[in-house]
Amino acid sequence: MIALRIAYHFLGEDVSDANGAVVKAALVHEPVWFILYLIPYGIIGYDILKKAFKGIIRGQVFDENFLMAVATIGAIVVALVQKNGDYTEAIAVMLFYQIGELFQSIAVGKSRRNISKLMDIRPDYANIERDGSLEQVDPSEVSVGTVIVVQPGEKIPIDGIVTEGTSSLNTVALTGESLPRDVRSGDEVISGSINLSGVLKVQTTKEFGESTVSKILELVENASSRKSKSEEFISKFARFYTPAVCYSALALAILPPLFQMLFMQRGIEVWPAWIYRALTFLVISCPCALVISIPLSFFAGIGGAGKEGILIKGSNYLETLSKVKTVVFDKTGTLTKGVFEVTGVHHNQVENEKLLEYAALAECASSHPISKSLQSAYGREINRDRVKDIEEISGEGITAVVDGVQVAIGNHKMMHRLNVPHIDCHCVGTILHMALDGKYAGHIVISDVEKESSKEAIGKLRSSGIRKTVMLTGDASKVAEGVAADLGIDEVVSELLPADKVGEVERIIKENEGGKVAFVGDGINDAPVLTRADIGIAMGAMGSDAAIEAADVVLMDDDPVKISKAIRISRKCLRIVYENITFALVIKFACLVLGALGIANMWLAIFADVGVMIIAVLNAIRALRVHKL
Amino acid sequence: MKKTYEIEVDCANCANKMEDATKKTEGVAGCTVNFMTQKMIVEFAEGADEKKVMKQVLKNCKKVEDDCEIYL
Repeated sequence: MIALRIAYHFLGEDVSDANGAVVKAALVHEPVWFILYLIPYGIIGYDILKKAFKGIIRGQVFDENFLMAVATIGAIVVALVQKNGDYTEAIAVMLFYQIGELFQSIAVGKSRRNISKLMDIRPDYANIERDGSLEQVDPSEVSVGTVIVVQPGEKIPIDGIVTEGTSSLNTVALTGESLPRDVRSGDEVISGSINLSGVLKVQTTKEFGESTVSKILELVENASSRKSKSEEFISKFARFYTPAVCYSALALAILPPLFQMLFMQRGIEVWPAWIYRALTFLVISCPCALVISIPLSFFAGIGGAGKEGILIKGSNYLETLSKVKTVVFDKTGTLTKGVFEVTGVHHNQVENEKLLEYAALAECASSHPISKSLQSAYGREINRDRVKDIEEISGEGITAVVDGVQVAIGNHKMMHRLNVPHIDCHCVGTILHMALDGKYAGHIVISDVEKESSKEAIGKLRSSGIRKTVMLTGDASKVAEGVAADLGIDEVVSELLPADKVGEVERIIKENEGGKVAFVGDGINDAPVLTRADIGIAMGAMGSDAAIEAADVVLMDDDPVKISKAIRISRKCLRIVYENITFALVIKFACLVLGALGIANMWLAIFADVGVMIIAVLNAIRALRVHKL
Repeated sequence: MKKTYEIEVDCANCANKMEDATKKTEGVAGCTVNFMTQKMIVEFAEGADEKKVMKQVLKNCKKVEDDCEIYL
């Protein structure tokens, strides 16, 4: 553009030199310059002018194309009137505006592709074996119960159960967990995971539309449709901003020059300068930079979280999540594994293994979770022929004869009744006392074990500024307090019925004025609480439709550390949103003020406008990078 | 009843304008335009003829943003 101007300028001097009289020649040739400048203006701004014209016909005066057209044509007219021949400004404004538009569509397209690549879990086909050969079919045509074949390197298209083959699966796209998961015949597999090593035959248990992969994709794709307050604010702001700036421009073009002419005895020559300032206003009136960067930030934030196995169901939830100050946990299945395990054998008079063997054998006929945990702690095949005379005493325990030894296993009531002196345990959990041939032989402690990462998760929440952690449980207070003390949880409410949990959460919300309350549950029986809390987070929701329905945030795997990660992601995203809002607004208003005072010209205005947009968009894309949070 | 339509619109503010225009259309109970995924979710009022309403929606959207497209 500058080159063009210089070229025109020299051309102008040549012509005027040839004519001999410089000033006069410039005036004579003014129309020539004018037409020469109009050519690039027309080429660059053609489509904007066309759209502006259409806009006028439709009565859309606040259409940005129309405003750009008015600003640039106005600038040309002012240049004509002032006879300074400065038409480059109009061309530059058009050019930069177009560059800005181009950049915007490239950035949006690119981040959309980025995010769809992150969520590239959609399977394209399913293999069905027909007459000994594999046939590729559309996954949505496969009915429930069909056996599909998944070869190494392929995605599992539909949820199902492995009927044949062993392999390891890469579930990183679903859970963010990079360690491969081994599967064999009888294991459940979820769609979207990638088969790494062996050929698997999978009997489908769901239709494609109901499968995990479809649910996740649907959720992520629709997430940014639930708008956050910041987005609502910006779109409302945009609705008022453009008309307001336009009316101020009109006022600026009329009132100050009128005032100067009436009260300061100035002539009509003050008009063009004020009209120029008003036109500068129109250039700044486009709200696009502001409007584009906000949904883009949320979109990137949700996409980045999705890659980490955290599904956020809407921009509004991302916003609420960033304001969470209190986290309420369900105990079983959330902080603990929800599976009973033998955690200790105490005061035994015989070897640990021997005691466990007697216990497992005596309990071999029971299907109670406690018996199951004893059997798995014993870990060997159980020969039922060794056990005789099994008798279950309700509320107390079991007696049986194992290898000719009289075994009694149960709680302290049983020991009292058998008149066996027993030693109480200081441990938290279910205590099984054992007596062999009427003599006390020690006790086995069975408890629900904490997840390995629970303690770290609570610590991380605290370090990311969560004020309070609360645990709600239906368990006995002794058990609950033990777990809470171990993990470092602030408050425990125990012995709750499922219905009481809603009331407790309501109480916590009331006590926490200002800060938001998140509830974390396993999603299976916590649906009402998940819905009631300011934000419901369901864990390990893989394949559980109920949890995905009820929760606002879904953690794909069981790892509670992801809770603090989700909060950090949301905060980063919201910080970017606020940065963009403030940055764009400050620059725009600064330009308006400088423009009104005549300090900023149109060049500065368009640079500020396009520059702000580019910086805001680049900043928004930063929300995608959340892996190291 | 809610329905999702694919749309084409090339600026974020235009998407907001489309949303406004759609909301003001008779027979529409609610609408969100998702600029990032280029989708429009329309909630119809009870008893509204979805095809007729969408025709009007398209017309209204074209009025505010000539360049937009809704794939019905």
